[in-house]
Amino acid sequence: MKPEYDPDGYRRDGPDFTGEPLHAKLTETWRDGPGLLGWIRSVDHKSIGRRYLVTALVFLALGGVLAALMRLQLSGAEREIIGPDRYNQIFTMHGTTMMFLFAVPVMDAMAIYLVPLMIGTRNTAFPRLNAFSYWMYLAGGLLLWIAFVLNVGPDAGWFSYVPLAGPEFSPGKRIDVWAQMVTFTEVAALAVAVSLTATILKKRAPGMTLARMPLFVWSILVVSLMVIFSMPSVATASGLLLSDRLVGTQFYNSYEFGDSLLWQHLFWFFGHPEVYIIFLPAAGFVSEIVQAFTGRRTFGYTAIVLALIATGLLAFGLWVHHMFATGLPRLGYAFYTAASMAVSIPTGIQIFCWLATIWTGRPRFMVPLLWVVGFVVTFVIGGLSGVMLASVPIDLQVHDTYFVVAHFHYVLIGGAVFPLLGAITYWFPKFTGRMMSERLGKVGFWLSFLSFHATFFPMHIMGIEGMPRRIYTYPAGMGWETLNLISSLGAVVFATSVGIFVVNMLLSLRKGERAPDNPWNASGLEWATSSPPPPYNFAHLPIVQDHTPMWNDERPVAYGLRVEDREMLISTVIEAVPDVREPSPNPTAWPLIAAAASTVLFVASMFTPWAVVIGAVPVAAALIAWFWPKDMNHEGEPVIE
Amino acid sequence: MSDKPQFNIDLAPLPTHAFGHRALTWWGLVAFFLIEGTAFAVAIAAYFYLMNLDPAWPPPPFLPPELLAGTLFTVLLLLSELPNTLAKKAAESEDLPALRKLLVVMSLVGLALMIIRGFEFVSLNVLWYQNAYGSAVWLLLVLHTTHIATDWVDTLVLTALMHTKEGTKGRRFVDCAENATYWRFVWLVWLPMYALIYWLPRIA
Repeated sequence: MKPEYDPDGYRRDGPDFTGEPLHAKLTETWRDGPGLLGWIRSVDHKSIGRRYLVTALVFLALGGVLAALMRLQLSGAEREIIGPDRYNQIFTMHGTTMMFLFAVPVMDAMAIYLVPLMIGTRNTAFPRLNAFSYWMYLAGGLLLWIAFVLNVGPDAGWFSYVPLAGPEFSPGKRIDVWAQMVTFTEVAALAVAVSLTATILKKRAPGMTLARMPLFVWSILVVSLMVIFSMPSVATASGLLLSDRLVGTQFYNSYEFGDSLLWQHLFWFFGHPEVYIIFLPAAGFVSEIVQAFTGRRTFGYTAIVLALIATGLLAFGLWVHHMFATGLPRLGYAFYTAASMAVSIPTGIQIFCWLATIWTGRPRFMVPLLWVVGFVVTFVIGGLSGVMLASVPIDLQVHDTYFVVAHFHYVLIGGAVFPLLGAITYWFPKFTGRMMSERLGKVGFWLSFLSFHATFFPMHIMGIEGMPRRIYTYPAGMGWETLNLISSLGAVVFATSVGIFVVNMLLSLRKGERAPDNPWNASGLEWATSSPPPPYNFAHLPIVQDHTPMWNDERPVAYGLRVEDREMLISTVIEAVPDVREPSPNPTAWPLIAAAASTVLFVASMFTPWAVVIGAVPVAAALIAWFWPKDMNHEGEPVIE
Repeated sequence: MSDKPQFNIDLAPLPTHAFGHRALTWWGLVAFFLIEGTAFAVAIAAYFYLMNLDPAWPPPPFLPPELLAGTLFTVLLLLSELPNTLAKKAAESEDLPALRKLLVVMSLVGLALMIIRGFEFVSLNVLWYQNAYGSAVWLLLVLHTTHIATDWVDTLVLTALMHTKEGTKGRRFVDCAENATYWRFVWLVWLPMYALIYWLPRIA
């Protein structure tokens, strides 16, 4: 028997230090501090994940209100509820909010919260970077929305094409707000991607080899790498746009041998992978939900992993299909059509694997699985209209029409939001310790599913009939009125159904049934700890022996981490063999201060280039203070090697 | 399901710091290489895209940049790999006195490079707003200046830190070793920049 204290004087978890006393000690070491200051200083992935999630849902609601306003305006011909200038701002704000402030951050939120639990560790790698990321995201969102309220909302569409967005045609600060919001959210997304990549590769529980990793974690690994390779492109693009607008560079100005299509290339080299950055985490949700609600391992694990990787690679080879209408060489058309069609193959493989899992398992059609079914139906329709659009002659006919609007709402809402709502229902007990109401959930699902199609299916037909997107009104007699009215009525019901989902969340948060550790009898490690998890996640680190650790009778654990300091296990990349014990940062306010300094720099640089030089000083100071060790007298553990 | 965990692996004997890919810092560093490398690649792509549209590079009457400052910068940057390698070795063998001296050397090298960089900006023979060529050339030089300034400040901070009592701790040696790795990335990235800024306008 080992004593509670090692000969070297450090207290560790183990056979002699377990149960309630260990819980008390680890809680003291890992919990956030009390009060507002504790909240601000938190570096716990669960706190950061939760606040990311709530913020993203608030932006979803705001973006949804804008959508409702547009549907109100378009419900009949020649309505005058919203004028053209305001309408331009509204559709730009809707797209920008949904893409940059909702879709990507909400997937980050789920990953930040879930990944460490699913791989059996106590926190993410670089937790302060995660904290910083949240503050940057929040600042970017506030910048955009405060500007909108002040009538400085961007109005050149969510992809801000030049020359419209350039200095000649968009004087004022509206486009600068958009471009700087991009900078904020890209910094945030990149910070999360770095943190999650390192977490997934180096923090997995002993025995969780890459080949045993949950499929959601695989999807997040692929997505994080995609973020790393795509976001620098849009950050560069928006940086060049700002410098064209602020200091008169000529990148996009064709009169000085710049080129407006350069913008489109740089934007879509990010913009197309972006779609898969949103979709792949959703595919990860689906793989997890299907496994839990059929009671069998997801069919075709290896095929799904390869499909995720293939999608990630192909996503970088099709950006030019957004530019078919700009005129391309013949070979360019052929190549990008082929590539765009090819990407449907790995997605198809995944869909067949999920169907096979449901077919050969014992499905329990509870709310999360219903969302999966709704996803499959809707996403397949959206995928098919996508294959249609990949064909150049069709694309040229329906380019910039409501057909395209219908297509991308089918793939984004059907492909990402439906699985997300399923995932929130599925993991809600882990987040909050309570179950969501199954009855309200079913009502919400069916209303959403039916009204979604009522809202967006007619848009296919409007598009084929020639209704362009981004028009604030249309004359009577074009034959578009009935379809628009149906779409707007559908939107009212759709908004109501999302409202029901939110009410379900709020009611369940207060009065929901208490959740046990593993309410769905699911297989992943996140269900091995309490609901919600304690600040330290796991008292002893779980050891993984196969793909579905919670379906085994045995619960082997690793032990021997110090309990009086935050200490985490680093394991090897492929085999997840325990390798090193490294300390994990304590709570700190420096990420917030660094984000505040960066905010000053970014916002001021919309007005003067000197802000970049002068503003860099406080940013550097904050980052140095962040890095500088806070407690030099704290002796490190003597090295045992 | 059993309530009692089975205690299988004891983690206590594991080391508390390690170098290279065993350290988390290294993975963070690699991720930043990839991000910054992608940003440079995108900037280079934009450079070639604009060059392809321009009838002449540089368009007359503009002249290619003067070679002196940029070449001096390149030579010094490449030579700096000598003390940098020594610093990395000193960090990995946890030789604090040698590391302290070498960090001071690297800080001074960084200062010299920043001064020469200033002269590079005035020898470009074009301003950023004059045409797309000027914008592209300035873009590359500004990007790399941000890059080298960042690592220079990193080096200054580490130099200060290693002169405190914190400098005796194993993890700080890892930080210094990784900082040296980053410096290699800084000069490696510079080589294509040097070719694009100074030589391609002479050849094209």
